[in-house]
Amino acid sequence: MSGDILSKFAGALASGAVRVVDLTHTLSPDFPVIVMPPELGQSAPFRMERISRYDGGGPAWYWNNLSFGEHTGTHFDAPIHWYTGRDLPLNSVDTLPPADMIAPACVIDCSRQASEDADFLLTVSDVMKWEEQYGRIPARSWALLRTDWSKKSGTAYANLTADGAHTPGPDAEVMRWLVAERDIIGFGTETIGTDAGQAGHFSPPYPAHHYLHGAGRYGLQCLTNLDQLPPTGAMIVAAPLKIQNGSGSPLRVLALVQERSTG
Amino acid sequence: MTGPFLKPKRKNPLARTTQPLLPPQARSRKAHGLTLAAATGRFVLQCCGECGRYTYPAREACPNCLSSDLTFRDAPTGGSLLSETQIEVTSDPYFREHMPWRTGLVQLDCGPIVIVHLHGGCGGPGSQLKLSLQLDRAGQAVFFAKPVLEVPHMEDDPQWREMTADPRHRRVLITDGRSPLALPMAQALKKAGAARIFVGVADRWKPLDQQALLAAIEGVEFVDLDLTSERSVQELAMDIGAKVEILVNTADHVRPAHLFDAGAANAAREAMDHTVMGLMRLAQAFGPVMRSRGADGAAGAVAWVNVLSVHGLSNVPQFGVHSAAHAACLSLSQWLRTELRPGGIRVINAFTGPLDTEWFQTVPPPKVAPKAVADAVLDGLKRGLEDIYVGDVAKDIEARLFDNPKAVEREAGQ
Ligand SMILES: [Zn+2]
Repeated sequence: MSGDILSKFAGALASGAVRVVDLTHTLSPDFPVIVMPPELGQSAPFRMERISRYDGGGPAWYWNNLSFGEHTGTHFDAPIHWYTGRDLPLNSVDTLPPADMIAPACVIDCSRQASEDADFLLTVSDVMKWEEQYGRIPARSWALLRTDWSKKSGTAYANLTADGAHTPGPDAEVMRWLVAERDIIGFGTETIGTDAGQAGHFSPPYPAHHYLHGAGRYGLQCLTNLDQLPPTGAMIVAAPLKIQNGSGSPLRVLALVQERSTG
Repeated sequence: MTGPFLKPKRKNPLARTTQPLLPPQARSRKAHGLTLAAATGRFVLQCCGECGRYTYPAREACPNCLSSDLTFRDAPTGGSLLSETQIEVTSDPYFREHMPWRTGLVQLDCGPIVIVHLHGGCGGPGSQLKLSLQLDRAGQAVFFAKPVLEVPHMEDDPQWREMTADPRHRRVLITDGRSPLALPMAQALKKAGAARIFVGVADRWKPLDQQALLAAIEGVEFVDLDLTSERSVQELAMDIGAKVEILVNTADHVRPAHLFDAGAANAAREAMDHTVMGLMRLAQAFGPVMRSRGADGAAGAVAWVNVLSVHGLSNVPQFGVHSAAHAACLSLSQWLRTELRPGGIRVINAFTGPLDTEWFQTVPPPKVAPKAVADAVLDGLKRGLEDIYVGDVAKDIEARLFDNPKAVEREAGQ
C-alpha cells in the first residue's frame, strides 16, 4: 500500500495539488550571524572563495571553496548544541534519525504582535488561544513561530543595540510546556536564533535551547516564507548535512503544502 | 619659487594615463645605510671612528686616515649651495617627465660635498640649506635640500611632492571604519587636505560606534568593505579602485589566546583572516590599479600604509596570536612594497605598541593613543617615510632589536 501512497503523492506534486515552499534564505556573506561577546568564540560567517571559473585555475569549470560556522544562515540545531543535550543518544546531526527529518508543522502567526513589539514573547496562553482555533498541537510536530521577521534585512533584521539584540521569541514557560505537554519535535523561528534576542536574561537563559535540546528535540532558525504555510497540515523536510559529531548545519528546509482548491 | 598646489583638474577620459617611470636606481650595498636612514627620517653619513670625520659617498675606508672603522651616524643637516643645475633636457625617461628639475652641489657643514635635489624655494649659490635624506619614487635614498627658513607653500613644491606622499587633493581609503584609529585618521587626513576619505565598514547590520562623528567630517564616504570576504574587497575595488591614491590599512584583530588553549587555533585563524589574508585580499584587489596610477597626474596614486603591531617584529607571548599575525603581515607588506615599487607607490609600515583601546585594557602604560598613530602616519606621508615607530614601546623595541634581537625575544618571555 505504501507504493500507492507515494504514487498518489507523486501525482499530487506533478499536478500542483501539493506545493513545495522553500523556507530557506540564500546563503550569502552578508546574512547576519549570531553575535557573541567578542572575547568568546565566534561563528564564522559564510564565505566563498573561487577555485576556478573557466580560467587558468580550471579552464572548463567553475567551483568554489566554502567556509562557514555550523550555525550560519537558515540552519538546524541538534541536541548536542546545548549542554542540556550533551549526553543524549543520537544527539548530533550525523546520528539524527532520518525519520525525524520529515514532520508536520503547526504555524503560530504572531506577525502582528512582533510588528508592534520587537521583544514580543510567545506565551502558553498564546498557544492555547491558537489551539482553540486550530486544535491541539499533535505530538512530534514542529511548532513554527511566524513573526514575518524574515521580511527584514541587515540592520533591522539583527536589530542590535548597546544592550543586545531585540528580536521576538518564546518565553521560558512556553518552551518547557511545548516540549513536556505537547511533545513537539522541534521549534522554528524566522530570527537568528530559536530564542528571543534578550533570552540570555531569561530563567533559564536561552530557554528554547535549554528545553528543546535537553529533551532531544531540534531547532530551526532563519526560516523564511512562513507566511505561505497554513496553520496546520504542512509537512517539513529538514535534513541537515551529515557532519561527524556536528552540532548543527545550514540546510535547505522545504514545506509540502496541500492546496485547498484541489481535493 | 613654489606656488600653492591647486586641486588638479579632472582627467581627460580620452587621454592615455601616463605610465609610471622611476628615477635611475643603482646603489651599492654599503649605500643602503642611507636607505635605512631615509626610510625612518634620519640624516646619517658614514663617520670615521678614528679621526671623527664624516665621509661621502659610502666607502670601505676613511679617505682621511684610511681607518676601516666607518659607521653610519647621525650628522648635522646644514650646508651651503656651491652651484646649481636646472635640468631642461635629459635622456632619462623619469626626469624628462618632471622638467625642469633643480639639482645642486652642496658643501655640508660636516665636511663632504654632495649632490642634492633642490627645493624650489632655495636661493642661488652661497645660500644656506637644510638637508634631509629622502626615498625617491624608486625607493632609493637621495639628498634633498630645502631653504633653512620656511617659505610659502613649502610642502607643495613639485620636486618635494615626488619625494613624499602628501594627502593634499588625494583620495584616501581607510579600510576598517570600526577601528579606533579610523576617526582620528580621517580627521587628520581631512586637516591635511585629502579630497575624499572612503571609510570601509564591515557588517553594516551591526551598529557603528563612531558613525556620527565620522559622517560629520566633510568628504567622508562610508563604503562596504569586509576584509574577510574576497567578494567584498573585489567589489569595492571595482567601484573605487581607480579613485584611491592613498590606502590606509587599519585592520586589526586582537583576541587573547594561549598557544595551548583548545580554541587557540580558531583565534589564530580569525586573526590571520582579518589581518594577513585581509591584506592579501586588499593587495590583490587594489595593488594592480594603484600601481598603474603612480603617474596619473600631480595627485596620482602614491602610498599604501599598513598599521602594524611592533610585536610583529618579535613575539610577545601575552599577545602571541596577534604577534604572529603581524609578523606575517610585515612579511606580506615587504612583498607588496616590492610589487608596488614599479608604480612608484610607497608602502609605509607604521609600527605601534599596544594601543589605548579595549583589547589592551589590562596592559600597563605607556600605551599609544589612536590619535598619536594618526598623527605619526600623516607625518610619515608628508615626509615620505617608509618605516614609522609610534610611541615609546615601539621606539624602544626598534632600538633594542637593532642592538640585540635575541635579548628582546628572551625578555618578552619573562
Ligand atoms: Zn678617519
